[in-house]
Amino acid sequence: MTFAAPLEAKSIRFRARSFVAFTLTPEAPMAEWLQGLDHWIGNSPGYFAGRPVLLDLNSLKPASSEIAALVAELGTRGIRIYAIELEGAALGPDLPPLLVGAKEATTEGLLPGRKAREEVSGREGKAAEGRDHGMDARADAGGVAKGKAGASKTEESEPQVSHYDSGTLMIKAPIRSGQAIMHAHGDVIVLGSVASGSEIVAAGSIHVYGTLRGRASAGALGNTSARIFCRRNEAELLSVDGWYITAEEMEGVSRGKPVQAFLDGEGLRVETLS
Amino acid sequence: MGKVVVVTSGKGGVGKTTSTAALGAAVAKTGKKVALVDFDVGLRNLDLIMGAERRVVFDLVNVIQGTAKLSQALIRDKRVDTLFLLPASQTRDKDALTEEGVGEVIDKLRSVFDYVFCDSPAGIERGAQLAMRFADEAVIVTNPEVSSVRDSDRIIGLLDARTMRAEQGEQIAKHVLVTRYDAGRAARGEMLSIDDVLEILSVPLLGIIPESQDVLRASNLGAPVTLSEPLNTAAKAYVDAARRLEGEDLPVVVPFERKGFLDRLLGRRAA
Repeated sequence: MTFAAPLEAKSIRFRARSFVAFTLTPEAPMAEWLQGLDHWIGNSPGYFAGRPVLLDLNSLKPASSEIAALVAELGTRGIRIYAIELEGAALGPDLPPLLVGAKEATTEGLLPGRKAREEVSGREGKAAEGRDHGMDARADAGGVAKGKAGASKTEESEPQVSHYDSGTLMIKAPIRSGQAIMHAHGDVIVLGSVASGSEIVAAGSIHVYGTLRGRASAGALGNTSARIFCRRNEAELLSVDGWYITAEEMEGVSRGKPVQAFLDGEGLRVETLS
Repeated sequence: MGKVVVVTSGKGGVGKTTSTAALGAAVAKTGKKVALVDFDVGLRNLDLIMGAERRVVFDLVNVIQGTAKLSQALIRDKRVDTLFLLPASQTRDKDALTEEGVGEVIDKLRSVFDYVFCDSPAGIERGAQLAMRFADEAVIVTNPEVSSVRDSDRIIGLLDARTMRAEQGEQIAKHVLVTRYDAGRAARGEMLSIDDVLEILSVPLLGIIPESQDVLRASNLGAPVTLSEPLNTAAKAYVDAARRLEGEDLPVVVPFERKGFLDRLLGRRAA
């Protein structure tokens, strides 16, 4: 069956765009690397969810059957590979396409292409330095082992968390002053207290079973039905979908009480729970 | 293998150095071998409080850089012969410390001593993070006031994230030591209560040290209060805290304001 383009459309527009891609660089031995990856995912649950990832196999150089196994292995962890970087490889149609000419991203901008970078391998140290900057796109194995590969907002201190496929983030330890929890995939449940000077941002609702003293932003990605619940409200700021209420406005009415905060059409409402 | 205990706080001026000296001396008096390490490179103070400032020849930075042996830098206390001090350098800055170097020194100390107390500098910068890096346990020194408690909370977050133990997935044991507690002011609501402090920090209490002029006097004389005035209430509180640190199960008594008969009769307030 053929499909004829309408004659009026004289030309098809091709546009080029460039994106910063997150790259995983597996290293031998694989079992150890995967273990490190699991540990890292455990610390930053949801980090890879819905985020397309590149696979850089230039240092590993596996056979094509091994590549399929590796892609499947990463798939079970919810990591979707959309392209593979491997010089001189021919990949089957069942595998993600090959990518060539990638450039390294740093905080300043793009580095020259891979080939050029290898020529100036004497500057390895500089590249490694760039890798330690938070903005860097490479979640490579070194970063995995150290457990602080950039970009994660909770990098300062990851509390003890467990993550289920429901998209709920359960935090069993108290959230300390200075910590920031960002969760873009659902609800956040905190079993302890949330200290002043800390922040929770969730796409879904926020449940705090201790005292909420910090800032809580529910429905951060536009979920207007998200709510915030806490056993004792001493919050600096409560917000749902960008509507917020500060500590001063809560003074007297709902402070020190168990409350829920939600949107009711005109704005944010904070109600005490009986 | 000895236990490495970091004494830390976040906020300055809460009594970290005083507490390190007092706890260390109290543990050493029970016969345990104790090393006190001053990590406050650039602002050394522990040697003053230990009364050893004129005996400092080599320091922590010398040991890390290999210009002196650990045995040369360790100063034996004149009063308790199981108590040793590793002083900090006054002339260098915190950048002279490297993680590998600190790790090596701590490992050596751990193999020789029963307890290694690390006196952390204030703040959350490199020096403080190196001091806590290799610790097994932490004593978080807090005054009963909001700024000190909040900074302690921040430090506890770092202890759970940046220490060697935390990175290996283990827990670091944490204790709160409340210092400069004034029973009279707490009763009048001018200070946070112990319950408030513990509720905010949710970390077990190691002890409550009452505010006392004798602690300051002892520090200025260059003697830990547990050695120079062992009968003082603050000294007793430190001794109890040291026993709890060694695993003893002692109840913590919240100090209360003692009023004389006449005070009560006349309704006068004590200071």
